[in-house]
Amino acid sequence: MDHNETVMLEHEQDAHYGLQHHFENQEQQKDSATIGMWTFLLTEIMFFGGLFLAYFVYRQWYPAAFASASNNTDLWLGAANTTVLICSSLTMAMGVHFAALGKRMLLVTCLVLTLILGSVFLGVKAYEYHDKWVKHEVPGVHFDCRDDKGQPCLDAAHTPLFFSLYFGMTGLHASHMIIGAAILLVLIWQAYHGKFTPEWHTPVEMFGLYWHFVDIVWIFLFPLLYLIDRSAKGLS
Amino acid sequence: MSDNTKHGNHSIHIVPVPVYLAVFAALIVLTWVTAFVSTIDLGRWNIFVALASAMFKASLVILFFMHVKYSTRLTKMIVGAGFFWLILLLFITMTDIWTRSWMGVPGR
Repeated sequence: MDHNETVMLEHEQDAHYGLQHHFENQEQQKDSATIGMWTFLLTEIMFFGGLFLAYFVYRQWYPAAFASASNNTDLWLGAANTTVLICSSLTMAMGVHFAALGKRMLLVTCLVLTLILGSVFLGVKAYEYHDKWVKHEVPGVHFDCRDDKGQPCLDAAHTPLFFSLYFGMTGLHASHMIIGAAILLVLIWQAYHGKFTPEWHTPVEMFGLYWHFVDIVWIFLFPLLYLIDRSAKGLS
Repeated sequence: MSDNTKHGNHSIHIVPVPVYLAVFAALIVLTWVTAFVSTIDLGRWNIFVALASAMFKASLVILFFMHVKYSTRLTKMIVGAGFFWLILLLFITMTDIWTRSWMGVPGR
């Protein structure tokens, strides 16, 4: 590496750090990245939107089955897990905040906390899945939906629809979180080695958008799968 | 940080930490309030409370955690278009599902 290259590299450490040559300046580059990320998130809205539509249609067709089956989810565990996920969104937002301020170790701390909270969420989800497996609530040959008194669920023939949507929607959500956790590991590594500066920390910001989006999906999954019909009449 | 102000041609909007904490507190409180409300029988209002709370929470996350409040108008339009599409998908399909049984089908 000759002298000129060294000077150029040093120069890149400030205003032009991370700036690609086809952009005018950092602001234009960041706006482009934000629009690109949101365009990806719109495809994610379409991805999850189809499942939400399926949920609403089947809930409208088989209200008794959905009301009965959704009472088999654990309300307080769901609320606690929602809290964990919202905490992880706060640590992620604070991570982006510290990245913009150039506070390296605080950024790393926030990203690690986000990873830990995300893992706790997935752990609780795994516990819930296991609970459903043990109780024969996984659709299939051994499926047998029963309420807390051991009686068959209302409209039992259609309860597998609820549980299929439950596993489909929470499973797709959880797979997004697993992918997110893998990306977080890379970001933590890069942040620790000082890759991000106040001028350029776009990967942290774009990942923040992804993480918050996954949080929003859960914000809707929680009421739909755990809350609605909790107190519906006619249920034992 | 001094570098940041020196090259003033790019603006990084720093959201104050208390804003994040206030949004966080609102999200947590709403989660637990709606969880408790779901155990009270409000008839058809249960679903309204649950979904209105979820929509409000999602709006808080989008506006503040995802910085859309401080984004360019183009970004705001793209975000709005996405959620508008979702409303079209859900609402227009559901108008059919809701109303199809209102009138009997001839011959059935």
